[in-house]
Amino acid sequence: MKLLIVDDSNIIRRKIRRSNKVGDLEVVGSACNGLEAVELVKQTQPDLITMDLTMPEMDGIESIEKILEVKPDTRILVVSALADKATAIRALTIGARGFICKPFTEDELNDAFEQLLEDI
Amino acid sequence: MKEEQLQVFIEGTKYFFSTFAGQQVDVGVPYLVSSDTKVAFDYTGIIGIAGARKGCVYFSAPGRLLAKLLQALGEEDLEDDNLCDVVGEVANTVSGNARRDLGPEFVISVPVIVKGQLEDIKLPREIRSFVIPITWGQDKAALVICLE
Repeated sequence: MKLLIVDDSNIIRRKIRRSNKVGDLEVVGSACNGLEAVELVKQTQPDLITMDLTMPEMDGIESIEKILEVKPDTRILVVSALADKATAIRALTIGARGFICKPFTEDELNDAFEQLLEDI
Repeated sequence: MKEEQLQVFIEGTKYFFSTFAGQQVDVGVPYLVSSDTKVAFDYTGIIGIAGARKGCVYFSAPGRLLAKLLQALGEEDLEDDNLCDVVGEVANTVSGNARRDLGPEFVISVPVIVKGQLEDIKLPREIRSFVIPITWGQDKAALVICLE
């Protein structure tokens, strides 16, 4: 299965890549804003995306909406510092499948990956 | 700013280091400074705040502390770009986490990174900033809250 990582921070993208311990989940690309993410979804057809919310160019919410228009079956895990309930509800309402807050532990991230990939 | 709101930022800073770096930081007693006084170390990540509160939150730290933080995150590349990246990520995460208590009307910007002194940064003249001193090992840093 294919994973796309979207975050404006290079160190967070690399941390997610290093933290991934799900055996058959391969990182196929990374994007530093929502706009780049939409393009990479078309090219790489990921099964799962980690999506930051606060990013330049195009934020995570708009990017989720556009990605799900292009590839509706994509599982999107929001990984964001925005820790309020309203933001989590908004992201889940528009189609994200999971939400974890930064800072996250490796276990939290992998548990979320496994949950989202359970029914594929 | 109320004491419990200040506590949100103190706890957020402690949580960032304990979760991402796996180590505790010591947080000193916060103090107030005028808008003319800008606390700055080598690198500063500034988050603009809009919505119900206006102003900024910034995290400033010496390069050595940021390099140590990168290493604790498992990062081998300790070059300048990553030092800038991590100082912004601390500011972004602590500010974003504050929305758990301050709500979604606490609107945060993407980080702006400044190296060196904050000469060109204008803080609202009528607001005094809270400085939260941080000590991690032998290094000192600060989280500064400047909000209406």
